[in-house]
Amino acid sequence: MSAFFKSLKNDKALWFMVLPGTLWFLIFCYLPMFGTIIAFKDFKIHRDGFFASVLNSEWVGIDNFKFLFSTEDAYLITRNTILYNVALIFLGLVLAVTIAIALNELVNKRMAKVYQTAMFMPYFLSWVIIGFFTFSFLSVDKGILNQIIVFFGGDPVSWYADSRFWPFIIIFMGIWKSIGYSSVVYLAAIAGIDKSYYEAAMIDGASKWQQIKYITLPLLKPLMIILTILAIGGIFRSDFGLFYQIPRDSGAIYSVTNVIDTYIYRSMSTTGNLGMSTAAGLYQSVVGFILVMLTNYIVKKISKENAIF
Amino acid sequence: MRIFKPKEKEVDNNAISSFWNVVLNIMIGLFAFTCVFPFLFVIAISFTDEKVLAINGFSLIPDKFSMAAYEFVFSTGDQLLRSLGVTLTVTVIGTIISLILITTYAYVLSRRTFRYRNFFSFFAFFTMLFSGGMVPNYIVATQFLHLYNTIWALILPIAMNAFFILVMRTFFLTTVPDALVEAAKIDGSGELRTFVQIVLPISLPGIATIGLFCTLGYWNDWFNALLYIDDAKLVPLQAMLMRIQNNMEFVIQNSMQMGSSFEIAATMPKETVRMAMVVLATLPIALAYPFFQKYFVQGLTVGSLKE
Repeated sequence: MSAFFKSLKNDKALWFMVLPGTLWFLIFCYLPMFGTIIAFKDFKIHRDGFFASVLNSEWVGIDNFKFLFSTEDAYLITRNTILYNVALIFLGLVLAVTIAIALNELVNKRMAKVYQTAMFMPYFLSWVIIGFFTFSFLSVDKGILNQIIVFFGGDPVSWYADSRFWPFIIIFMGIWKSIGYSSVVYLAAIAGIDKSYYEAAMIDGASKWQQIKYITLPLLKPLMIILTILAIGGIFRSDFGLFYQIPRDSGAIYSVTNVIDTYIYRSMSTTGNLGMSTAAGLYQSVVGFILVMLTNYIVKKISKENAIF
Repeated sequence: MRIFKPKEKEVDNNAISSFWNVVLNIMIGLFAFTCVFPFLFVIAISFTDEKVLAINGFSLIPDKFSMAAYEFVFSTGDQLLRSLGVTLTVTVIGTIISLILITTYAYVLSRRTFRYRNFFSFFAFFTMLFSGGMVPNYIVATQFLHLYNTIWALILPIAMNAFFILVMRTFFLTTVPDALVEAAKIDGSGELRTFVQIVLPISLPGIATIGLFCTLGYWNDWFNALLYIDDAKLVPLQAMLMRIQNNMEFVIQNSMQMGSSFEIAATMPKETVRMAMVVLATLPIALAYPFFQKYFVQGLTVGSLKE
């Protein structure tokens, strides 16, 4: 304890500097963590404010969880969240690395720069804007896709009501928005590889393909592993905007667009069942946490230096 | 140091064959085109005549060109200006607050002599692994902080995050030598003064990177408005766009010419006005980001480093 007070005295300025950020974390991260106990309560708002509401609400044990898992929704949103994330993680990884390698090989570096800038653009736009972009393609009466379909003699599709297409649309848009960002990360890593490896390989007669396979990919492996662990840790979370803005909150396609995050938001804002929504959120956080620890543990067993912590 | 400098026009023997170069150029070029195409398409729609659009649907080359949407936006679009004002305010104030919070916290984490450094690193890092979730966050913001329908609801919930702190800490660790801070101390400079006058100036590239990420975050945020904002005066740009997706009336119900709002609703070029607003909300970013791109790339690469 005396060491603590000594630090408080000697590093006064540092304590002063760390304080505002600490308060922010306490209020916006740790207080909500404490608030998750309402997942085990029948939450009622109390006039004496936040703490009174949380503490005075009646304990109901695991009723909220029972209610959540008794519906078909729990299975549906878990399935959707995991499948979409798996597709986005692995497709995203393969495409990002492929594009990064291809960009790096282009002879005309100025064109590579132009492509990179263009691909980076969607990353800077919000899902709301991208929602309008997709609408210009998918609008039933005015959209360009239906114009093309009609031009070739087909029947117009009511995109926002037909669940068959949405897995592809969601995955396509998810990749489309993030690929510029992720390929740049790998491109930067490729640029950092020592050129003499390639020179030596070339002198030994290695083909381009062999150079990629035996030099570039192995050297990118640590980065691929780290980014994938982080992504797998987040496999229970999804990009709210992608699943809320792109399908325009269309009820007819909830079965394929509803994920845990949108489910929580909808049950919070429409049914107002805060206890059950919190239970869904806690389920997401706890499983997510276990997944990060597990993936990190496995990576640590296989190759220690690639683990995150 | 290099004594022998080869001629720049050296032939790269390891380059791919011109056949593959063409193939890759076409493939990547096509994909890059799909990334900017929707934006061009939306611009084209916004300049289309509403009546022609009703018959032909959206098309890349309008049969009849029209500025009506933009005229409407600038004459009746008080809501657009108000929302733009909200977004600008939030972005500027928010970025300043974020930078203060992030740089101070990250700097303390970068000081190797600070005894509780690891504790505070973990305090921040843990929030990346576990979170209370949307509902407790909502309850804290509304019941405890009473942020509902205040401008702070658009700033405080996204003012900080652990990832930016880790990136900023790495910046400090790599650009600010311990010896420099020690030397300043010996010369009688207090910690705060050292931080403001010595550390911050030499860390400007890092601060610019984080600052740009924050700016982008505030500019593009609609989620906090969805949760916390109901008052039309406080609806930011992105949330306004969200509200007009199905209901164009939002734009006119707050217009100056209240009496004639029925008339306006009947005559306004709805579809093209929507797209014009999308264009106006996107244009600043589309024009600015190529210049700032390198800072983002820098941030991404530093962020993926481990200490």
